[in-house]
Amino acid sequence: MRITCPICGERDRREFYYQGAAVALDRPEADAEPEAWVDYVHVRDNPCGMTRDLWYHEHCGSWVVVTRNTATHEVIETALASDIKEQGA
Amino acid sequence: MAFSGWRVLKEGLTGNKGWAPHWRDAAPKDEYDVVIIGGGGHGLSTAYYLAKNHGISNVAVLEKGYLGGGNVGRNTTIVRANYFLPGNSEFYSHSLKLWEGLEDDLNYNVMMSQRGQISLFHSDGQRDAAIRRGNSIRNQGDDAELLSRDDVKRHLPYLDYDQARFPIYGALLQRRAGTARHDAVAWGFARGASDRGVDLIQNCEVTGIDVEGGVVKGVQTSRGAIKAKKVAIIVAGRSSQVAAMAGMRLPIESHILQAFVTEGLKPCIDHVVSFGMGHFYISQSDKGGLVFGGDLDMYSSYAARGNLPLVEHVMEAGMTLMPMIGKAKVLRSWGGIMDMSPDGSPIIDKTQTQGLYLNCGWCYGGFKAVPGSGYSTAHLIATDTPHTPAARYRLDRFFTGRGLMDEEGTGSQHNLH
Ligand SMILES: Cc1cc2nc3c(=O)[nH]c(=O)nc-3n(C[C@H](O)[C@H](O)[C@H](O)COP(=O)(O)OP(=O)(O)OC[C@H]3O[C@@H](n4cnc5c(N)ncnc54)[C@H](O)[C@@H]3O)c2cc1C
Ligand SMILES: [Zn+2]
Repeated sequence: MRITCPICGERDRREFYYQGAAVALDRPEADAEPEAWVDYVHVRDNPCGMTRDLWYHEHCGSWVVVTRNTATHEVIETALASDIKEQGA
Repeated sequence: MAFSGWRVLKEGLTGNKGWAPHWRDAAPKDEYDVVIIGGGGHGLSTAYYLAKNHGISNVAVLEKGYLGGGNVGRNTTIVRANYFLPGNSEFYSHSLKLWEGLEDDLNYNVMMSQRGQISLFHSDGQRDAAIRRGNSIRNQGDDAELLSRDDVKRHLPYLDYDQARFPIYGALLQRRAGTARHDAVAWGFARGASDRGVDLIQNCEVTGIDVEGGVVKGVQTSRGAIKAKKVAIIVAGRSSQVAAMAGMRLPIESHILQAFVTEGLKPCIDHVVSFGMGHFYISQSDKGGLVFGGDLDMYSSYAARGNLPLVEHVMEAGMTLMPMIGKAKVLRSWGGIMDMSPDGSPIIDKTQTQGLYLNCGWCYGGFKAVPGSGYSTAHLIATDTPHTPAARYRLDRFFTGRGLMDEEGTGSQHNLH
């Protein structure tokens, strides 16, 4: 599996640290209901197929949102987490 | 059909013509008392103990592929009871005791081999941790022995003791740990369940779970609808998909774990050897192949095959620990889909739907749990009360935070186990 870092280009998967499902983009507010925090910390969609997860590129220090297929390991799309956050998507 | 030494001899002399299939390949009926989704080790052992311990044999095991084609037929077969935390400690202790009587109980040779597991440590701090773990194992009533570096050398002369990064300081030995033949475990439980009247139904994929007014009514399958008073979800890596059919979202992420086997060699590795710091462990099968593996590929996946970086990492760790392994040729590698829970411990519990039960979250360690898990899950289904050794495997610990069992002490977080 190779991942395209929006800054560095296509790189070996070993340069990336896997953080997990991209829920981290949507961190609940500190005073959110406990259910929101349970969802955020423990519960996962865990899809077989298309998923969005967060990878950290140790080379340049950016967080990358990777859209990929968990059944085929195909990487569909990558984007900087900061860009996605700004777009509010 | 009972197995015995006499029978093997007689069949051997008469051309092995008297053997019959070990279980009935059943067709689905319209209705059962209990439907078990998933014909892996845990589903089959649950069916067996439902029939044997509770007299409930109007039971179907629905398997979308063939029996034993999932993780139960893909694992590296290590059986042990060297857990530390209350909750895990008593559960795996119970399971190991069941393993020790399993062949007699099932009248089936599961090739249980208590060859001992040696877990290496590499620093003073790790020695302290090993002593503490050993004490807790002994408090549970199981066996643990601390080995000095010289003791380890006597057992395992072929290791590299002075590697620069992880010099070997000693090890924790559990003599009652070992390996078993994974396929035979699935077949033995299948036969035992089938003989007691359980229907084992292959090529039968569950596609829906019928719930009315909060009560489970049955399942939809690729071979038609089946009614059931009780339904148990026991599908390992597929837990999230099947639970979603009943409107549940689980604290589970599915990950890929790889394993490897070499060509057959003369006996050279007598124990199970665990090199935790290198994420490497190894044993030798009775056929002679060196069976070894490492860590997860470390990203969520449903592909039953892994990526090359992990292959390289495992080979490097093997070479570091036992340079002699470089002479062996790898024959095959494969992967299985692991149901990873955030705290690394499993779930055996009821769900919010009445009559629907959940067994999952075994991570990479559910083979040794096969007898204990089936025993406890059958108890839960039959009596609607938790079985004492599995009483802490509650689903709600992930919702309340109370009772999380983080055996590795890394934090209850998905990417850390
Ligand atoms: C490489 C590897 C090494 C391992 N090593 C060890 C080890 O040394 N020691 C140890 O203790 N554990 C080990 N494990 C873990 C252990 O194998 C698993 O935790 C355990 O087998 C999981 O339970 P199971 O046997 O019931 O799963 P499975 O055998 O995977 O059973 C689940 C079954 O459910 C079926 N299913 C899924 N969806 C549906 C559906 N919709 N309808 C019908 N059926 C369905 C699947 O086809 C499958 O057969 C290892 C695992 C792997 C992959
Ligand atoms: Zn980069």
